Amino acid sequence: MALLEVKNLKAFYNQTQALHDVSFALEEGGITTLLGANGAGKTTTLRALCGMVRTEGSILFEGREIRGWATEDIVRLGVGHVPEGRGTFVNLSVDENLRAAAYTRTDKAQVARDLDMVFTYFPILGKRIKQQAGTLSGGEQQMLAISRALMLKPRLMLLDEPSFGLAPLIVQEIFRIMRRINQESKVSMLLVEQNAALALDLAKHAYVLETGSVVMSGASEVVKSDEAIRKSYLGY
Amino acid sequence: MEQFIQQVASGLANGAIYACLALALVMIFVSTDHINFAQGELAMFSAFLVWQMTEWGFNFWIALPVVCCFSFLLGVTIERVVLRPLHSAPVLSIVVVFIGLLAIFHSMAGSIWGHTIKQFASPFPKMTFAGSGYIGPHQIGMIIVTLVLLFALFAFFRYTPIGLAMRAAAQNPVSARLVGIRVDLMLALGWGLAAAVGAVAGALVAPVVFLEPNMMASILLYGFAGALVGGISSPGGAVAGGFIVGVLENLVGYFGNMLEKSTGIYIVGNGEKLMVALIIVITVLTLKPSGLFGHVTVKRV
Repeated sequence: MALLEVKNLKAFYNQTQALHDVSFALEEGGITTLLGANGAGKTTTLRALCGMVRTEGSILFEGREIRGWATEDIVRLGVGHVPEGRGTFVNLSVDENLRAAAYTRTDKAQVARDLDMVFTYFPILGKRIKQQAGTLSGGEQQMLAISRALMLKPRLMLLDEPSFGLAPLIVQEIFRIMRRINQESKVSMLLVEQNAALALDLAKHAYVLETGSVVMSGASEVVKSDEAIRKSYLGY
Repeated sequence: MEQFIQQVASGLANGAIYACLALALVMIFVSTDHINFAQGELAMFSAFLVWQMTEWGFNFWIALPVVCCFSFLLGVTIERVVLRPLHSAPVLSIVVVFIGLLAIFHSMAGSIWGHTIKQFASPFPKMTFAGSGYIGPHQIGMIIVTLVLLFALFAFFRYTPIGLAMRAAAQNPVSARLVGIRVDLMLALGWGLAAAVGAVAGALVAPVVFLEPNMMASILLYGFAGALVGGISSPGGAVAGGFIVGVLENLVGYFGNMLEKSTGIYIVGNGEKLMVALIIVITVLTLKPSGLFGHVTVKRV
């Protein structure tokens, strides 16, 4: 059974339809990427999965229909959403950001261990623990956003352009750690990226969105070698 | 000199009340961006409830916590029933609702308890102590109760998971939902806490201004002033602002009288306290729009 199965998903902002007919499936344990140009509906797809926009269609998470659920309830099932723009609690400290993310959990001892785990993935956050999160650099805030999602102990992580606005070296580091998180913490990932080359390197499977519909899908290797994809998204 | 200390001391006592109201206003403002104009009338209503319970023979110190709990529930209910359907309504509709609530609680108190002024006995024992020439027992009591309340709230928001969740929800509701925090519930809790804090303010100030449906009108104005001077986005600032406004209004009267005594010219006196205090508030806001301790919102562009 697929971890996440999306069928005929439509999404709307007020009267405007942003997703027309999106279907895809995610295997447990893997990394899948959604590619597409600006306005193709990548962010909207992630928002639709978390109940942040009005939707029609079907979203099965671990076999359970979650379409129409409140965001908080979807999150509590184990869906960690790393939002566009990082969503930092800017006036809270790094430590408070992480503890707020563990708010729904009752296993206090495991929360403490997960905090340590986060700091082994991102040692720099450990050094900034008392600092106001709004004063962190862009890369550090991205690491914090991923860490917040991790503190939920998610089964699935939705990552919305983690490379956005960051220096190439930082992006490489973050992607390296995402691979580690996927392998060591057994978190499945759905990655939305403008940087197609990077995303295809990390992901096993790829879907390509155009104006709100899936136009192509396949193993990353296959998608990568597709003539049209290479020209439009990889630029060679 | 003695008179000066006296004025400062009683200013601090009044300031404690303004601080409580300012804090209640800020608590709702930071999570909803709205100023609750009905906060004062809610506090008045709660003060009447405390009075009613003491009339029934309950001790003030039993009545106050009971009424605080009741006010908490009342605040939660108002948020859930009245304001919840208006979450995405324009600001003006919400302002009208607040004014409606103000009118409702005002006339409700009037019709239940009448408009005649009632005595509200001070809950603090009459006694003499070092410095009692400067400040009365009720005033000391007001300051102490307020400080205890403020520290308790501070500890709640700083050290408890639910306090942290409330701060997170107020600051970034979208992100808060994404970590599973029930933002609507936090909002309702904020309303409840604000109403409970207001209840304490109302019950403490009632012995000073006497109990009647209009008692909170001018006090709410000072509460606003305190919140704005300190920074409407900062709870600590609002408390400091409340105390500042309290001391300021007394000193304006004091220095006005001094001036009149020494030069014979009357410029300001007790009658103009409110006006001068508000002029100072406007000056502060002109020079520093976010208040003395407010956060300036910085956006990355």
